[in-house]
Parts: sequence; structure tokens; C-alpha cells
Amino acid sequence: MTAPANTVVAERPHHTLWGDAWVRLRRNKLAMAGGIFIILLALAAIFAPLLTPYTFAKQNYSAILQGPSWAHPMGTDQLGRDTFARLLYGARTSLAVGIFTQFIVICIGLPIGSIAGYAGGKVDNYLMRFVDVMYAFPDILLVILLRSVLGGSIFNIFLAIGLVAWVNIARLVRGQIMSLKSRDFITASRAMGGMGRHITWRHLLPNALGPVIVSITFNVPRAIFTEAALSYIGIGVQPPTPSWGTMIQDGFGLIFAKPYMLLFPAIALALLMLAFTFLGDGLRDALDPKLRR
Amino acid sequence: MLRFIIRRVLWLLLVLFVVLLITFILMHLVPGGPWDREKALAPKVIAALNQRYGLDKPLWQQFLNYIGGVLHGDLGVSYSQSDRTIVSLLAHGLPKTLTLGILAFVFAQAIGIPFGVAAALKQNSAIDYASVLFATLFASIPGFVLGILLMIVFSVTLHWLPTSGWGSIQQVIMPVFCLAALPAAQTARITRASTLDVMRQDYVRTARSKGILESNIRVRHIFRNSLIPVITIAGPMLADLVTGSFIIENLFAIPGVGRMFVQGIFARDYTLIMGGILFYAFTIAFLNLVVDILYGAIDPRIRYE
Repeated sequence: MTAPANTVVAERPHHTLWGDAWVRLRRNKLAMAGGIFIILLALAAIFAPLLTPYTFAKQNYSAILQGPSWAHPMGTDQLGRDTFARLLYGARTSLAVGIFTQFIVICIGLPIGSIAGYAGGKVDNYLMRFVDVMYAFPDILLVILLRSVLGGSIFNIFLAIGLVAWVNIARLVRGQIMSLKSRDFITASRAMGGMGRHITWRHLLPNALGPVIVSITFNVPRAIFTEAALSYIGIGVQPPTPSWGTMIQDGFGLIFAKPYMLLFPAIALALLMLAFTFLGDGLRDALDPKLRR
Repeated sequence: MLRFIIRRVLWLLLVLFVVLLITFILMHLVPGGPWDREKALAPKVIAALNQRYGLDKPLWQQFLNYIGGVLHGDLGVSYSQSDRTIVSLLAHGLPKTLTLGILAFVFAQAIGIPFGVAAALKQNSAIDYASVLFATLFASIPGFVLGILLMIVFSVTLHWLPTSGWGSIQQVIMPVFCLAALPAAQTARITRASTLDVMRQDYVRTARSKGILESNIRVRHIFRNSLIPVITIAGPMLADLVTGSFIIENLFAIPGVGRMFVQGIFARDYTLIMGGILFYAFTIAFLNLVVDILYGAIDPRIRYE
């Protein structure tokens, strides 16, 4: 049998999940705007010394509590420190909190969740009961308690937030692995002789990764906010390390006299939260192949 | 059903016990003790205080004494608040925290549900876009930041509302709004999604084909069923509001449980910390239990084995 000469071969270019997701993410304007804002902020934080002649700790008693001007685009605080400089260096703190807490969350949550989901049975039962107990604690109060146990440096803040936040990821990964485990393609892989480790690394984890990435994107702003809240009540990063939460605390007493001292860090925090939400929403839509239009 | 409830209550008690144990261990790992002052107290005084509050006993004995007290409804006395009992401190702060939490909860539902339903019924209309936009805004901006922005507008610029304190209606408006923003946004999102989902169900089409009035379909078939997921998240939401209000309480200087708890941590006031954690953990666990039970009553498809 010969095919008619004018047969149109339905050819779909080969797409990987990630390539596909990237194409869809790029179409989402809000998500791209969020992503670009985060990248710009990160660049500004890294290259802060090039963007402002001031440092975050430099006090200038002849220029205290100034309003926005050419010399100090966002004014100065009660110690004569430049608000714009503190905002840029404070972004370092915020972004570092966002990144390192999630690193801890992944290091704890991913193994525990995958082991519980893959092993099932007793192991799963014990691990999940433990997760249940963790859930019974009010998040941020446990962070405060851990923070006062750990004390001191900024790394202990990462640790305190991370030690509380891993629970969500563990649950998510467990659920993902459990539902993937019984899918046909896993059975197929097993029938073809795939071993446990091969299945976990080649099939289970890559497929569970999408929701994990989305969840991490939503967790980052939560961690950043937690640090700001801790710093605001005075148990976050210690001076002179700048943090948006500390700046809010500093400005709070002067809310009536110098509201802009409070306004800039508050707006910065709100924008960063929004940027991560938009990016997270976009990623969620992009990484879910079932939503493909 | 009864067996289910009993099992859940026993589990709840076990969770509370473990939570108290973990808190106790963490608390005693914190460097320093409740008698740390700017000027150090004489060792004799500290020894006397320790003896008076039973802090000279071994830790396991202290813990068992505490649990024994809890079973009798005695949460001990505060070390930092001039010997007031924890129960009386909680009783003092609780009305404020509960008022805030419940008002915010009611406000969130009253805003979130109508907007969610309206957005779904008129999908892709202006009201849909507006409610999705506001839901995204309020879901991402933390209440604490929102509070500062509101203060700058309504207290500093317009002089309409006071920035702090407790007692008058004006003092309640901003904190309640800040607390309610996130749950209102979540409720609107979930109501919208579940209404859209229910609208496409077969039984809605069947009802339409029978010629039932559209308004009846909306109320009896769509609205009632679309509330099920909303109720599921309502329990954790109320728990979040009651336990999560402490930053807002700090921001607006409201003497509620949350503010007290934070002060307790600073003062290493062991009994106050334990009492606070117990209260919060109990609230969370109890509300989740209530929702689980309600869930079965509302959705007959769910049966407990």
C-alpha cells in the first residue's frame, strides 16, 4: 500500500516538560514581571556598593531624619543612615533568608517525604504521625521558640525557619510519590527491570518536582516575611545587619513624624511578596501539563 | 461516628502531650532562666526563688508536676507577671484575641463568599477580574505590612483611626481588616473555584432541563454544594486567625494572648510559654476536629469507617 502523495504528517516538535513550561511561563506577563523584579532586586542587592555611595551602617549625625532628597533618595533614619542603602543591603538579608531556608527545607523535607511515600507501611505511619505533631504547633511561634533556643547569628534564623517549614514539603512529596507509585508508567518501568533507585531518581522525583518547585516559590516569600516579622519584634537579625523588618521597627516609633521611613521598607516587602506570588502562580500553571491548552 | 470521635479525641490528647513535651525541652534549652535581670540577683535569692517555684527539682519531675497541674486545670503561676496565674492571664488576654479572630473570620467570610460566587457566576466579567485581582493582592501582602500601610493612610495622613490600643470600635477596625485580608482572599479564591466546578456538574444540568427556576438552581444546587470546600478550610482558617494574630496584636499594641506569649518568651517565663503553646495547640487541634465532624454531616458522601 502506498500512501497518497499529499499526506500531511502531523508533526509536533519534540518538547520537554521544562521547555514546554518555559514557553508557557514566558507568555504569562504577571509571572514574568514578578521574575524580572526578583532578578533586578537580587542584582541590586549584589551590586549595592556600586549603586549607592553609602553603607548600611555608616552613621552621619549631621544628616539625621532627612526627607527624600538628591543626596538621600529615600531619606535618612535617626542615626543618619541612608535609607536607600539600608534597603538595598536589607534585600541581601531577605533574599538570603528566602534561599537558605528553602535549602534546609529541601534537605529535610524531600528525603523524609520520599521515604514515607516510597516505603509506605510502618515507616510512613511513624513519619507522618511526627509530621502531624509538627502541624499542631503554631508555625511562627515555634520559630520564635527555636530562635530563642538557637540564639545568635543569622544562620540560626535560617535554621529556625527551615526546621519548621520543611513539614509542608514532606507532606507534598509524600502525596506525590504515593500517587505516582501506582501509575502505569512506574509498573512498566518495573516490568522492564527498573530497580528501586533507578525508579526513584529517573521517574518518581522528576515527576514530583513540579509541585515541589511551585510550593518552594510560595514558601520563599513566607520565609522572608517570617524573618521580617522576627526582626520587627526584635529577635531577628541583630544590628547593624540591615533587615527590612528592623527598618520597619526603627521607623515605627516615628510613624507620625517621618512616615516615609516606614513606607519604603513596607512597600519593598509588599512588592517582593507580590512578585513571588505572581511567579508562583505562573509556575503552577506552566508546570501542570494537565492545564495545557 | 462515635468511635471516630473517640479515636480523634484520644489522638488529640496525645498530640497535646507531645507538643508540651517538645516545648518543655526546647524551653529549658534556652540559655538563661526566668531570674535573669540587668543586675544579677544574689545566688541565695535565686536558690530561694527556684525552690519556691519548684525549679530546683529534676526536670522530669518538673514536667510531671506540670502535666499533673494541667489535668487539674492549673497551668501554674507566671514568673514575670507578679505571680498571677496563667489561667487568669489567659482569661485576661483571650477575650481580645477571640474578638479579633472571630470578627476577622466573620468579615472574611462575609466578603470572600459573595465575591467568590459572583466572580464564578459571571466568569471573565469585570467583577471576576476585580475579585481575582484583589484576592491575589491580599493573599500575598502580609497583614503586618498591610497594617503599616493602613496606618500611614488612615492614622497619619487622614487622622481617622488610632494606631494602637484596645477598647473602642475605631481601634478594632484596622487590626480586624489586616487579619481578615488573607482569609477573605483565600475564601474568595476557593469559593470561586468550587462554584465553577459545581456549575459544570451533571445534576445542575439535570435541574436546568427539568425547568427549575435559575434562582432556585443557584441557591439550592450550586451554592450549597460549592460551600463544602469553603467549610473545610474554615476550621484551619479560624485557628490561624486566633493563633496568628500575635504580630497584629504587637503592631497595634493590643494586650491579647499573642502579645503576652511573645513577652513570655522574652522573659523566659516558662509557665507562660507552656500555657500559650498549650492554648494554641489545643485551639488548632480542636477546630480541626470540629471541621472533620461537621464535614461528615454536611457531605453525606463522606463516611467514617
